[in-house]
Amino acid sequence: MSNNYTPDEMMTIVASRALKNDDVCFVGIGAPSAACNIARLTHAPDITLIYESGTIGTAPNILPLSIGDGELCETALTTVSVPEMFRYWLQGGRITIGFLGAAQLDKFGNINTTVIGDYSNPKTRLPGGGGAPEIASSAKQVYITMKQSLRGMVEKIDFFTSFGHGSGGKDRRSINIDTEGPSLLITDLAIWKPDRISKEFIVQSLHDGVTRDMVQDKCGWKVKYSDNIEVTEPPTHLELKTLRDLNERTKIANSRKDTD
Amino acid sequence: MTKFLSLEEGVSENLKTGNQVCFEGFTHLIPHASAHEVIRQKIGRLTIVRMTPDVIYDQLIGMGLVKKMIFSYAGNPGVGLLRRFRDSIENGWPNKIEIEEHSHSAMAHAYEAGAAGLPCAIFRGYKGAELRKVNSNIKTITCPFTGEELTAIPALNPDVAFIHAQKADKKGNVLVEGILGVQKEAVLSSKRSVVTVEEIVDKFDCHPNTTILPYWTISAICHVPGGAHPSYARGYYKRDNATYIEWDKVASDREVFSSWMQENVINETPKIFQNRIKNLKEEDDE
Repeated sequence: MSNNYTPDEMMTIVASRALKNDDVCFVGIGAPSAACNIARLTHAPDITLIYESGTIGTAPNILPLSIGDGELCETALTTVSVPEMFRYWLQGGRITIGFLGAAQLDKFGNINTTVIGDYSNPKTRLPGGGGAPEIASSAKQVYITMKQSLRGMVEKIDFFTSFGHGSGGKDRRSINIDTEGPSLLITDLAIWKPDRISKEFIVQSLHDGVTRDMVQDKCGWKVKYSDNIEVTEPPTHLELKTLRDLNERTKIANSRKDTD
Repeated sequence: MTKFLSLEEGVSENLKTGNQVCFEGFTHLIPHASAHEVIRQKIGRLTIVRMTPDVIYDQLIGMGLVKKMIFSYAGNPGVGLLRRFRDSIENGWPNKIEIEEHSHSAMAHAYEAGAAGLPCAIFRGYKGAELRKVNSNIKTITCPFTGEELTAIPALNPDVAFIHAQKADKKGNVLVEGILGVQKEAVLSSKRSVVTVEEIVDKFDCHPNTTILPYWTISAICHVPGGAHPSYARGYYKRDNATYIEWDKVASDREVFSSWMQENVINETPKIFQNRIKNLKEEDDE
């Protein structure tokens, strides 16, 4: 056990713990990618990581900067074309976990990565959905990881890039989505799971040293808590070392340029 | 039937003002040199198509050559937002481009439908997604066998596809290895295609399943070593991540952008690309 870690490290490590050895995970870049690779390097060595660039069963030694870095292809079991990736592997129902980040998230796990403001005259034009709209409906479950902020966790998102639980309850079923949808939210402060009936995200566990006020101060909706609230197990030495080594390898690899 | 041309000729013979054009590449093998040649030739009023418009699309938009963009993710991969694209959408500089926005799955299906000669792509997509409300090209179709409601979008059939590949042989067959993206579908769905290559060899020596586009599917082959930089070409050079990071600064200011384009694109030729990869060769690493 170690007391000396950052909230970011905590978030990544807690997210990694949620992944199982037999999961087939469609990995988003950034925090999800780090979490998935920590899982692979610790308790889930056989996890299948899939990136939308077509790399299946990849085991990168460093974290990719982009979704299609060479490292992903060189360490993959196989690399398929992008149409095949979306058709056979995602739409075909082969993915157990879609792991997404979000610019804006609401309490029902709906995600916006398209625009802040009005779609035709946006205040901020974001990159857009990429693979997310279909990951959100085709992966068996969706895990979300993001740093908490009032800008990011909002009562109402500006645009439904990908559908979580809609307005809650049975909304997914009502539009004929038969996958489970968002089933886990991991932030830098807490672990959240949707309520069984309402589907609203409820805090299940506060990370070590985090108070309810700290969670509410960085969340735009009124936070609800489980009756049996727990304290998240801090990172182990092995988890921390694995993450820091991975980040260090990545840093060295990305700085190697113009050496001669 | 393919011709071996200089990049200047490859672009001017195939791309016309007002065309619909894609420069495809999924992180790997992005045809930067071709886009720069289009910018030098000032071929405008383009409808540009791409799953992942990144730096070159930011450049085409910032130079005022774009009328409309069809896309599914407009970002600088691993870095952030596209600042010229944002300036166009948010402030109309230098012009406000029209957009037709999709998801990756939709775009991939649309290219495939185009390559397959079908009028539309049918897939299970956009469930609960708001793009349905803002993109009139996203429609619903009912499966005649099961009654399932599926999504239909029009096939993509660009006038011209530009891609970059590792090798061509003397006849003009093209070989692609590594992350394949949607380039094969982009070429086969387009009316014309221009392929820049790292190398022209007598004969391929490769695995029987390596991706190859036969010479008779390609309009022009142009030998441009380094032509994907700062993207990468597996077996030749690595992705220049530092340049992608620097682009964020260049693109953040209109004047800095304009003078950067003058110096690094307008005043250059396709030959500059081989210099840009000198320190990125794969063997330098070992």
